[in-house]
Formats: sequence, structure tokens, C-alpha cells
Amino acid sequence: MSKQYETVIGLEVHVELATKTKIFCSCTTVFGGTPNTHTCPVCTALPGSLPVLNKQVVEYAMAVGLATNCEITPYSKFDRKNYFYPDNPQNYQISQLYLPICRNGGVEIETEGGKKVVGIHEIHMEEDAGKLIHDEWENASLVDFNRSGVPLIEIVSEPDMRSAEEVIAYLDKLRLIIQYLGASDCKLEEGSMRADVNLSIREQGAKEYGTRTEMKNLNSFKAIARAIEGERVRQIELLEEGKSVTQETRRWDDNKESSYAMRSKEDAQDYRYFPEPDLAPIAISPEWIAAVKARQPELRTEKLERYKTEYDIPEYDAKILTGTKKMAEVFEAATAICKKPKKVSNWLMVETLRLQKERNLDAEQIPFSPENLAKLVDLADEGTINSTVAKEVFEQMFDQNVDPESYVAEHGLKTVHDEGELRSIVEEVLANNPESVTDYKNGKEKAIGFLVGQTMKAMKGKANPGMVNQLLKELLAESN
Amino acid sequence: MSITALSALALGKKIKAREISVTEATQAAFTRIKAAEPQINSFVTLDEEGALKQAKAVQDKIDRGELDSPLAGVPVAIKDNMCTAGILTTCSSKILSDFTPPYTATAVEQLQNAGAVILGKTNMDEFAMGSTTETSYFGETKNPWNTAHVPGGSSGGSCAAVAAEECFYTLGSDTGGSIRQPSAFCGVTGIKPTYGSVSRYGLIAYGSSLDQIGPIAKDVSDCAAILEVICAHDSKDSTSVLREDTDFTSALTGEVKGMKIGIPTDYFGAGLQPEIKEAVLAAAKTLENQGAIVEEFELGLVDYAIPAYYTIASAEASSNLARFDGIKYGYRSEDYEGLHDMYKKSRSEGFGAEVKRRIMLGSFVLSSGYYDAYYLKALRTKALIKQEFDKAFRMFDVILAPAAPTTAPKLGESLRDPIHMYLGDIYTIAVNLAGLPAISLPCGKDKAGLPIGMQLFGDVFCEKKILRAAYAYEQARSYERSPLARELEG
Repeated sequence: MSKQYETVIGLEVHVELATKTKIFCSCTTVFGGTPNTHTCPVCTALPGSLPVLNKQVVEYAMAVGLATNCEITPYSKFDRKNYFYPDNPQNYQISQLYLPICRNGGVEIETEGGKKVVGIHEIHMEEDAGKLIHDEWENASLVDFNRSGVPLIEIVSEPDMRSAEEVIAYLDKLRLIIQYLGASDCKLEEGSMRADVNLSIREQGAKEYGTRTEMKNLNSFKAIARAIEGERVRQIELLEEGKSVTQETRRWDDNKESSYAMRSKEDAQDYRYFPEPDLAPIAISPEWIAAVKARQPELRTEKLERYKTEYDIPEYDAKILTGTKKMAEVFEAATAICKKPKKVSNWLMVETLRLQKERNLDAEQIPFSPENLAKLVDLADEGTINSTVAKEVFEQMFDQNVDPESYVAEHGLKTVHDEGELRSIVEEVLANNPESVTDYKNGKEKAIGFLVGQTMKAMKGKANPGMVNQLLKELLAESN
Repeated sequence: MSITALSALALGKKIKAREISVTEATQAAFTRIKAAEPQINSFVTLDEEGALKQAKAVQDKIDRGELDSPLAGVPVAIKDNMCTAGILTTCSSKILSDFTPPYTATAVEQLQNAGAVILGKTNMDEFAMGSTTETSYFGETKNPWNTAHVPGGSSGGSCAAVAAEECFYTLGSDTGGSIRQPSAFCGVTGIKPTYGSVSRYGLIAYGSSLDQIGPIAKDVSDCAAILEVICAHDSKDSTSVLREDTDFTSALTGEVKGMKIGIPTDYFGAGLQPEIKEAVLAAAKTLENQGAIVEEFELGLVDYAIPAYYTIASAEASSNLARFDGIKYGYRSEDYEGLHDMYKKSRSEGFGAEVKRRIMLGSFVLSSGYYDAYYLKALRTKALIKQEFDKAFRMFDVILAPAAPTTAPKLGESLRDPIHMYLGDIYTIAVNLAGLPAISLPCGKDKAGLPIGMQLFGDVFCEKKILRAAYAYEQARSYERSPLARELEG
């Protein structure tokens, strides 16, 4: 490759909002359900039905806009996007083209290359479509409108990203902001967050953008990274061969790790957008904006800083603790009870992450309650149980959310601090292991480790290890 | 006088006084319907069994003192573009010819709550597109004044049914004159209320930003009473307005002293049938004699209303009618290969020529590269027309105008030349573009004996002013029954 190329990437991110009801009717947004049971005349487009805007959708969109430094459009409108497809019962989608609710924002991302701001061109509100199910037996297609009318926001970035790493950082930033706001759970795999990648290539230093393609069907961060790399290479090869890139929509096949063209610009549909006459324009007053702002929870960036200063948690740990909203919630709630932030952090950073990995759980899946974690921290910290027992109790707590206090009591796991009881066990161990005693006396210091182990075994692990060590040394010295 | 000749309020009074039972009134209506339908075809669907059941239920409620509406027990017919749960709702189109909605339009529900008995669904131009009720898939409706003539449209079935005394009142819908023009052609009274006053929920949309449901009846008092029932805020319609001034009957004082009435000279020029001009100006004279101040003025932008209307209404219609695709409900072609063929054939076979014409026109004006030149320009024109009315209503309380340039044309004359038919909407359309209320009421007959209608326009939310003027005028003139109604009474 003789020339140096630059990759230019912009993203269109669809996020399903966490409202209880749909955007234009009062049907539930709960996932699943028997087909066409979460429906009504509005979301199945029966003749004569009319949409009524769900106010919570507007507030979530505003909240995301404010958290991504957007301007809120004081007079926003919906438009109809006209196209025929059976998953879309009206044969138009109610969306926003001319006056989207948020514009001109941006978020800061951090990669190994440093910090940069990715601009947000706009955020608009729209409705999701239903689902087509192809019945191979009957050679027919069926439509399920349960998802029809579920609220979405589309976040359109500026073409400010230059690598897959930046794209992932941007998506992660958006995900965290939106999760912290409670506006969506943002799961790529489940489709509550979907990203389309617009990518073009230009020679390093060029002012004009190259011809871009749009990549769809990207269901994981890994797929996004692979698709970006694949498309970058494909476009550079075309350019190197003296060919040109066609403006088109491509579909990524993650199994084949390649994409294919879905439709080109020439056969792009004319959506015949026009203002939605069934919905009044949305007037957003400065007071309303202020009220939404006032309700905004602490976001990730602020939380991270606070953990460092308030709890004296190192940056790396604070990043992990704030890496999901759930983790931060458990951390803060447990810390509030036991007042031992570093110990709580330690349990979360080490054992929780380990078990999540072992049990194949998502980062958001923390099965135990913060109350129980706080109890465990206290039990271990006060020496009621030793660290080996603590790990065992933690695992029980992780898998079954058991109450550590009752579990320790029921299973008699309290550390034995009674010297008399310990002494008799140690004496028994010494009597049963004369060889080790001899070894020790002959200068094999390591033999004491075996004796400690034997004692702990006899005590079923609940002895105070310091006391065991001390007693052993004492008794071995005495027998001299 | 027979039961069917009564006005809605007069019947309501007799029902309340136990002089006539609801069942008697309902049976009387069906007797008339059976006699008149072979001649005029104003109904698409009749629900005799359901109506008689309702009649009994309503009578029970009245007897228990649970219904106090002046319209309790009065039988009504509904234009077939308003959804009625369990009763076929076709929009007079093949594509919805088997569609029975699972829910009822808000306006209809409000009437039912007031004790209305629904007799059936009235014929109309397909999807309310047309001015003659000749575009109906179920055959044309004929004018009870002369069955060789059209009843007007698109609410032609509703107006003919009232004129033939098949029912006591009806609901119509008005997008560009569809209540007022057929009211004029059939010699009855109809109101198009201020946009947003009556819920559109359950009204199958034609031009959403222009559509409005309104009453059609024998006289102004009936219309005012019906409007009181259906004019209410509806949380299911985002364009619905909360109004507190809905005691419309209180405006019927018979008093117009000092009321300023404007006559737009641009509505009285070329193209207006001379007899209509005379009749409307005579009505102005009547009102002047009653103490109103009548003045001529120039409204302006009159020529732009029709192109703006056909651009906006067709654009919205092209999108509103997209849902009729043969997939979820309604007509699906028998024979197709694949999805696109199914869409194409179902819609080609399911829609009539006038509907297709407007879908194509609407799709064109919204398409990329033409949007600014047509649709956006039409929206600007709409805003300017509203401004012209704002100016006029700074000078006048109401505006008096003809309802149509001619009386009812003969059957079969209009559809040959659609542009000519569109131009017939010239006096009704501007009101829809500006969102204003307007009433159409009879003011005479032409030489052929066909009714002439006049309109009164008010500023937004000023229904009371137009009702007051209309009622005062009506006092000077008694209701004239259609020849068919008189003939069938024998």
C-alpha cells in the first residue's frame, strides 16, 4: 500500500427506551408475550386510530440530549416517513426529520490515543416496527405487532471517529450515560441498542470525505470492530485498484465475517417525509428542561471522580466499579451500610468479577443484595470468619443470595478463638504426626505449614490461623 | 304529521313525555328507510336488529331516569367513515367492504352515551373523496328532491337520509365541504365545527389536518343540540381542543341586532349560478331587516384555496390510505405472486379511480424534488388564507356566502371532468384550510325546484355567532320538506 489512508466513521445508534408503555398508545412494552397480545387499534394501525405521544418518551429523549450536551429544540415536530413493509402497520413510520428534539451535542471519549470529542448531530424520537416471522411449513409470513410502537431514539453522530477503538469508546460512553439515566438498558445483543456504521476512506490529509457505505446488523461490540476492519480493508482495496466505492447499505454477516450490499443509493426509497398531522408540535419550555435536568442522576464521569476523592479508590478500580450502573449501585448501597468502601470494592473487583465470568453472567448481573455483601464484609473484617470461610460464604451468597450471618451460624463456621479448645486439637495433631514434629525439630521449618494445614482441617477451616500458628510454635518449643 | 317528519329535538321531547316510545321512533325510521332506499340508496349498512335492541335499552334507561339528554332515544345514522364496533364500516370502498371495527369512534360513542339509537351507516364518496356520492363502491345515492340529481358529497348519504326523513339526524364529516355542500343540495342544515372541536378518533382519515366531524339535521336547533353532545375534549385525539363554551343552544336567541355580517364579493363573481346569488343576497337582506349590519368586502386569495386544498388533502391522503394494503384487514387480491404483487393488486383492485387519482397526486407532491414547490407552498398558502380570514374577522362577526356555485348537478355529469368537480368546492374549502366553523342551511330553491344553500362562517371557536345568525334567519323561513319525504308520507 503506497498511500496513507484515514478511516472516517459516523454512527447512527438506535436505543429502545425503558418506558412502561408504547410511544403512541398505552400498550405495554414488556418484551415477548404471545404474538399480537400487546397491541391495540393504534399500534396495529386500525382505520381511524390516532397516536397520542407518551410524555415519558420526550423526557427520556431530553435527558439523553442534556447528558450528551445537546441543544433541546424548543419547538419540535414529528414527521411521517412513508414506506411499505408488512412489519410497519401504517406503512409509514412516525419519526422526526425536520425538527428533531435534540441537536448539536457531543461526548468526550478516551482511547489510547488520548481524549477527543465525538459530535452528536441530532437525537430524534421514533417508533419501532413489528416483527415478521417466516413460516417455512406454510410458505407464509406472519406479523407480530407486539414491538410495533415501542419507543426509540436515534442518536446520529458527526463523522468524527477514525478507528474501531474510537467507535467502541463512543458506544460505551453512550451506553453508560443512557443506562445511568435509566432511559434504556442498552443491550446490543438483545437489540435494545443498535448501531449502524457509516464508513468512508480518504487519503491522509484530504479535506473532502470519501463515498460512504452504511453497515447494518451489528449485534455486538466484537461484530462492530470486525465489520469496521472488514469495510476499511474492502474500501481501501477498491481505491487501490482504481475503482470507486459505491454509496450503498451493506449487511454484515458476523459468521462469515463479511458484508454484502443490500441496496444502493440509486434504488434508495423516496420516503416522502411530511409533518405528522395527527400530532401537535412539542413545545419545550426552559422550565421543563430545568425540571428534567434537576432530576438527572449522577452520571458515570462524576461518579468516577467522587469515588476517587470520597472513598479514596484508585482510578482503575473506580472505572470498574462505575462500569455498569448496577455495580455502582451495589457498591454504594453496601458501603453505606458497612462504611468500608475499600473492602466492598475488593469483593466486587475480585470475587464478583471472577464468579460473573465463571457463571457466564453479564456485567449487570449481580445476584446478591448489597445488604448481604455488607454483612459479609463485616463478618470477615471483625474476624468472625476467616478469609477462607469468607470466600466460601461469598460463593453461596453469589449463587443463592444467602444471608451470610445466618449461613455462618447454621453451618457453625465462626472462627474458634477459644484457646483451650484449640490447644487440645493442636496437641492431637502433634501426637498424630510425629514425623512432621521430628522434621521440624531437625530444622525443616516448612513442616509447620503441614501441621497448620492439618489443624485447620481438623477444625474444618474455622480456626483463627494466627492463633493456630502461635500455639503450634509454643507447643513444639515446649516438647523440646 | 308523521313521526319521521319531526325534528330531532321535537322527537326527543315526545319521547321524554312518553308520547312516543324509542322503539316506535326506531320502527318508524325503518319503515321509511325501507320505502325510500330503493329510490335513493343513502345507506350502506342497516342494523335493524341492533337498533331495536338499543331502542329497548335506551327506553329502559329513560324510564329509570338515567338519561336526560334532549336527544335521548332519537335514532341517528352515521356516515360510513366512522368506526362502529360490530357494525361494518366501509368508507364506501371495496378495500374495506368487509371491515368490521372492534371499536367505536369517540363522537359516535358520545351520541350513544346520550341515548342515540344507531340505525345504520350512510353512503358516501369513497374515502370521502368526491362531491357527488357517485364514487361509492356501493352505488350512488340520489337526491330526495329529484332522484335524477346527485345529493352532493361526500356526506351525500347522510344528507339524503335526513332529507328523506329516514332518520332524525346524522353525523357527517367535512374535509373540504363534505357536510355543507350536500346539506345545501339536499335542503338540510349541517355544521363543520372549528378544527379540533370534535374528536377524530375513529374517523377514518382522509386529510387529517382538515377532517372534522359535524351534525346534519333538519334545522339549526337540532344541529346546536347535537354539537353540544359531540364537542368535547378527547385524550385519544392529540388535535382535540378543550373548550368551555359548548352551550351552543344558548346562542339561539333569534336576535342579530348590531351583528356585523360580511359579504365577500369574490364569492359572488363569475361561475355562480344567478339564482343562488339572488337567494343568498336575499338572505342577507332578511338578516339586515332583523337588525344586522351587512357589508361587502374583498376576502382575497380565493383562487388559491382549491390548489392548496387538493395539494394538502391529497398529500395526507396518500399517506393515510397506505395502511390499506391487503395484509391486516380489508380486501386482498385473490391472485398474486409475492409481497409487492399483493400490495399492487390489492390496492389496484380495492380502490376506485378518484381515490387512486388523489393518492397519485399526493404521492407526487410529497416526492423528493417536488416537496418544496408543491406541498410546502400549499402549507404557506394555507397560512396566508388564515391571515385573510383573521383580517376579515376583525371587521365582521360572521361571513355570509353561497355553499356551492350551482345546485345539485344531474347524476353522471360530474365525474367526467374532475377538475370541474374540484372547482365546485370553491366556497367551502377555505374554511377547512383556516380551521374555521361554518354552517350550511337552506335559503331557497332554483327554477328546477332544487334547494339552494347558504353558508355562515365564523372565526375559530365562534360557533355561537354563526348559530345565532343562522337561527335568526331560519325563523324567517320554515323548513321545507323534500318531495320524496312528502310523497312517502302519502
